[in-house]
Amino acid sequence: MLYPALEETSVFSVSLLNAQIKALLESNYPLVWVKGEISNFRVPASGHYYFTLKDDQSQIRAVFFRGQNRHLRFVPESGLQVLCQCRLSVYEPRGEYQLIVEVMEPQGLGALQLAFEQLKKKLEKEGLFDASLKLPLPVCPQRIGIITSSTGAAIQDMLKVLRRSPYPLSVTLLPVRVQGREAAAEIAAAILATDSLAARFQWDVLIVGRGGGSIEDLWPFNEEIVARALSSCSIPTISAVGHEIDFTISDMVADLRAATPTAAAEWIVSELERFQRDLQSHQDRILRAMAQKTDDLKQKLAFLEKRLVHPKRRLEDLRLFVDDRLDRLQLAFGRRIEQFRTVHGHLQEKLRSVHPLKEIYRYRALVDQQDRQLALHQHRVFDVCRFRLQGCAVQLQSLSPLAVLGRGYSITYRLPDEKVIRKPGDVQAGERVRVRLARGFLECVVEKTENEKEQASFHKDMA
Amino acid sequence: MTKKKSEAFEDALKKLQSIVEKMERGDLPLEEAMDSFTEGIRLVQYCHQKLEEAESKVRMLLKDQQGDWNVAPFDPSAAADSKD
Repeated sequence: MLYPALEETSVFSVSLLNAQIKALLESNYPLVWVKGEISNFRVPASGHYYFTLKDDQSQIRAVFFRGQNRHLRFVPESGLQVLCQCRLSVYEPRGEYQLIVEVMEPQGLGALQLAFEQLKKKLEKEGLFDASLKLPLPVCPQRIGIITSSTGAAIQDMLKVLRRSPYPLSVTLLPVRVQGREAAAEIAAAILATDSLAARFQWDVLIVGRGGGSIEDLWPFNEEIVARALSSCSIPTISAVGHEIDFTISDMVADLRAATPTAAAEWIVSELERFQRDLQSHQDRILRAMAQKTDDLKQKLAFLEKRLVHPKRRLEDLRLFVDDRLDRLQLAFGRRIEQFRTVHGHLQEKLRSVHPLKEIYRYRALVDQQDRQLALHQHRVFDVCRFRLQGCAVQLQSLSPLAVLGRGYSITYRLPDEKVIRKPGDVQAGERVRVRLARGFLECVVEKTENEKEQASFHKDMA
Repeated sequence: MTKKKSEAFEDALKKLQSIVEKMERGDLPLEEAMDSFTEGIRLVQYCHQKLEEAESKVRMLLKDQQGDWNVAPFDPSAAADSKD
């Protein structure tokens, strides 16, 4: 045998060994504080936390059972430095030892800080702080719901400030516990209750808060349940928690953060005062504008009145105007006439020098003279003619048939047609004839006609 | 649901503002200016009156056994002195 010294009893079964190790470890390290960094953190459906605690050289498995981790304010995560109070235990089926965590505290940051940061990050990611979710604040916050302790300093401070309001205020207190384990649930319940009470109380705004205190005292206002209630509230909310330096999750979710409860009340009073001032200012401006308007109109009226001149005056003005123009016209015209007159004078002078009348006179004299000569000449011509005429008349007289008759000749006319009878055939026997003598007539009857020799007949006809 | 009070005030204030601006431009005909003036003053008085007629009160809502909220008077001076 390789190891003859060994007795049967000194050989362990695996189970026995593990059981003995387990007993040894658990009794030797009943409760220890271990610090390290969380890694490989995971949460299966069971709700237990499994992770490894490590430092730069070593590591150890750890489990944080659901029953214990429930009370943790923050959620552990890989990379987090923590201080854990643990028991040491061995998981016999696998022969592995591990830490059973009872209490966990973050290192560096306090647990509450960490919880705060974690919730803040979570809600931020969900958009609960988004400006778009903020309800518009009321113009006239006159009906105020206050969710705080009825016995705290906060309500006293707020009521003191609210007494300065320029308008009457209706304040409804929804008393809640503001610290301790139950506070967050009470506060959230009160916030949620306002929705159903809103119709009855007509709140314009809700103030949720409390006076100053430790971070643990203020803790309810960092609880998710309160944050979610505030976020869902349909009435505009003001978060007023602690002092100026205290920032809570409620501050970030509420529609308005007031540094303190007093500040919340002061905001209300100042809003109402501002509204009152606005109203006053609007009234003043309306009155001023109206006064301005009437003043303007009065001035305009006065101005128009001044411009409304009597037509008589206007007529006078026109007359003056006309006179003035007439004067100027006359003056101008006179000058022009004068010019024309001068020119006219020159022209007249010139014209006079070439006046045709002179010529006319000259020609007229000539004509007169010629006229006279013509008349003279005419007389002379007449005289010659008259003389010649007389000569002709005498000559003519000597040639007159009457003169022939005077010498014994006659002319016979057939009656009744008084046609001169030139030959015997011109008349029938028995017809009547008229004979013209030198000094009178005979009426005769033809006894007989007789043709003779040409010459004889001529003589006979003459008779 | 009837209009919320603060909305009504906001509307009134907006209307008032536009009336004031309109009047301050000064180019309104007199008739319109008179109407605007009357309306403006009415709105101012309406707002004042509405705000003044509210009852000044401080009360408390307490939840009873059945979970109903009941109104109770609240006397702040009688309230406690704890520091929370």
